[in-house]
Amino acid sequence: MIKNSDFKICFSVMTVLTILVGLFQSWGIALSMLNLCLISAVMAMGVNIQWGFAGLINFGVMGFLAIGGLATILVSVPPVPEAWSAGGLGILISGLFLVAVVFSVLIINKKIPNHKYKNYFIFFIIILSIPLLKFIAGPSISKIESINAATSGFLGGANLPIIFSWFVGAILCALVAFVVGKVCLGLRSDYLAISTLLVSGIIITIVKHEEWLSRGVKNVIGLKRPVPYEVDLQNSEWFIKLVEFFNSSKLSNILDPDEKISLLNQLVITSSGVFVKLCFSLIFLVVVITILYFSEKALNSPWGRMMRAIRDNEEAAKAMGKNVVKQHLFIFMLGSAIIGFAGAMLVTYDGLFTPSSYQPLRYTFLIWVMVLLGGTGNNYGAILGGFVVWFIWIQSAPFALLVINISTNHLDETNYIKDHLLNSVPYFRYLMMGLGLLLVMRYRPKGLLPEKIIKN
Amino acid sequence: MDFLNSIILLTNFIIVPGITYGSQLALGAIGVTLIYGVLRFANFAYGDLMAFGTMIVILVTWFLQSKGITFGLLPTALLALPVGILLTIIVSLFFDKTVFEYYRNKKSDPVTFIVVSLGIMFVLNAVVRIIIGPNDINFMDGHKFIMKAREFKQMTGLNEGLALKSTQVITLITTIITCSILFYFLNKTKTGKSMRAYSNNEDLALLSGIDPKKIVLLTWIIVSILATVAGTLYGLDKSFKPFTYFNNLLPIFAATIVGGIGNPLGAFYGGFLIAFSEIGLTYAYKKFFKYIMPEGLEPSTLIQFISTDYKFAISFAILIVVLIFRPNGIFKGKVI
Repeated sequence: MIKNSDFKICFSVMTVLTILVGLFQSWGIALSMLNLCLISAVMAMGVNIQWGFAGLINFGVMGFLAIGGLATILVSVPPVPEAWSAGGLGILISGLFLVAVVFSVLIINKKIPNHKYKNYFIFFIIILSIPLLKFIAGPSISKIESINAATSGFLGGANLPIIFSWFVGAILCALVAFVVGKVCLGLRSDYLAISTLLVSGIIITIVKHEEWLSRGVKNVIGLKRPVPYEVDLQNSEWFIKLVEFFNSSKLSNILDPDEKISLLNQLVITSSGVFVKLCFSLIFLVVVITILYFSEKALNSPWGRMMRAIRDNEEAAKAMGKNVVKQHLFIFMLGSAIIGFAGAMLVTYDGLFTPSSYQPLRYTFLIWVMVLLGGTGNNYGAILGGFVVWFIWIQSAPFALLVINISTNHLDETNYIKDHLLNSVPYFRYLMMGLGLLLVMRYRPKGLLPEKIIKN
Repeated sequence: MDFLNSIILLTNFIIVPGITYGSQLALGAIGVTLIYGVLRFANFAYGDLMAFGTMIVILVTWFLQSKGITFGLLPTALLALPVGILLTIIVSLFFDKTVFEYYRNKKSDPVTFIVVSLGIMFVLNAVVRIIIGPNDINFMDGHKFIMKAREFKQMTGLNEGLALKSTQVITLITTIITCSILFYFLNKTKTGKSMRAYSNNEDLALLSGIDPKKIVLLTWIIVSILATVAGTLYGLDKSFKPFTYFNNLLPIFAATIVGGIGNPLGAFYGGFLIAFSEIGLTYAYKKFFKYIMPEGLEPSTLIQFISTDYKFAISFAILIVVLIFRPNGIFKGKVI
């Protein structure tokens, strides 16, 4: 792995970018950028598995990220007993009802031979079940949502460590991807793109408006963490000693004990933030390396060769006796599971779940830019894309500010155009993304690190 | 009397808004479908093209207003529309020359086109936000209501009012005019026929001497006109916000595919189908049943199929159902 030149490029770009930001801005910003880069890299690897390995175009990334985010709530938040006793039964009954509807549709679909009106009948059942479901669940939902509406108003979760939620998110996403894949994967590429985009829209709508489940637009804040809190660190003996040790040269220059203590306090506060982010970085790095390892293994295995064969020539692969439909469904589930994993990581890192922040531009198309820019079909490319794109995304606003300031230097402060441009600095990142994507597609259509096929 | 009341109720809350929203979707969907039929890709930048056109219209409207020019009872934006259309055509052709033409000559696969259109989507998104900002803008002026609910009640003596906004009438009339010209053009004129021929079979069209460059140019011109008109009508009726325009792309896509992608007439019907199901399925029919049911049998619940939160989700669900049962759309689109 170390001998791989792609790996070297990836690693050096990652280090250089982080160190540059650390030197010129601050280490806190550099680490939070690194963390988001790592999360983006996981997302990009998930999309890359679907698009790069199998040629499946999934524009529903946003939906799977939201499901991963929802998993953090379902796993880590303490349950709300009042809500459970008020409406838990109703929710369970309606859940059973939903399962019954799904099974009856499946049974009808399987047992009844092809009849002219079969599809219409199934359609009718589904349509009828929606108002029925609302009728069954409605009263309990309003009961749950009325309990402490300002602070809870939802069922809560299982009160487990949040790190479990990453896996739960992945499993949930795989299940949803199974359903979505069954419905959509038979479609042609552009229909698949549109329909997955719309499915992700439906998922977001559900997460946003089912307040008994996710608190919806009221957001969930103060989620658990897999790493220590800053406040605890600042009060713990060993951490203060550690900070003292690392800054001993700086501290020994100061003779006045009061000043020394105040400086130490200052240092402890700033470095506690950095330490927390560093812990996150370590965990994320482990995740990225693990996924990368398995993904590379899979890519170079007989299975990976089969996937590439299916991607490059579906008909030929079919003729060789490969079950294309099954493999497509499997890889769609696998990629979506990784995306869900990343979604849970993202929410864990943010410490809050805000369903209304999921927008296709940021959570679907940006991830796609990462994959396309980095290199489709190459895991290192996906990681590099995650880093580079997130770096540009974050740094384009300061960069635009600089350019505007230089180019409008001769205008006075109250100039209308200058003022307007300065206000619209945040939107230059979209411009950078668009131009970057167009340029890469034109001049390096295979991405910065193109796919390498090992022939053995 | 109760029967009349119930009819008026439905007209006011479902039929009139449905026709308005449907017209806007239909205009948008015809644009998407034309791009698909002639240029053979799903253009994800279409929503932002609509936003761009509307932005120009708004800027020109402001300019006209600052000069004291208005359109009397009608909104000034209608005066500004030609300028908006012109600039949108220029922008579309610019992107076609710089971006799409290269891939068309290379005969790239549809996915590459989608990806490039994503790039243009990002660029247009940024341009619109940098120039006019991300905020809600209301640029409707002129006479607001043709008929107010209260006036209607006084006039007819009914319990229910029927409000008719001038934007709704303008939308309907503009859509009728635009669509009639368009369908006349496509079905009756020689150029329109050559465009359809090109869409139907590129090679045969080339053999019979149709100039592909001319067809592509024409398509972009028509599409830009449709995008600007649809965007402006939507903005007049509701308000202009770049993010909403991006989101409207999704129901427009739904309408396009439901009607059969590549089929303009299908897209027209698809727009109305999506609009009416979105509005009809989220409307609470309690009051309606109160009028038509005999006394004592009035419903106690809202009689609403699904809550208004799921308005967008309905169009997506319809699309998915259509894709499963009739992948070519309800009105047979083309399979490329």
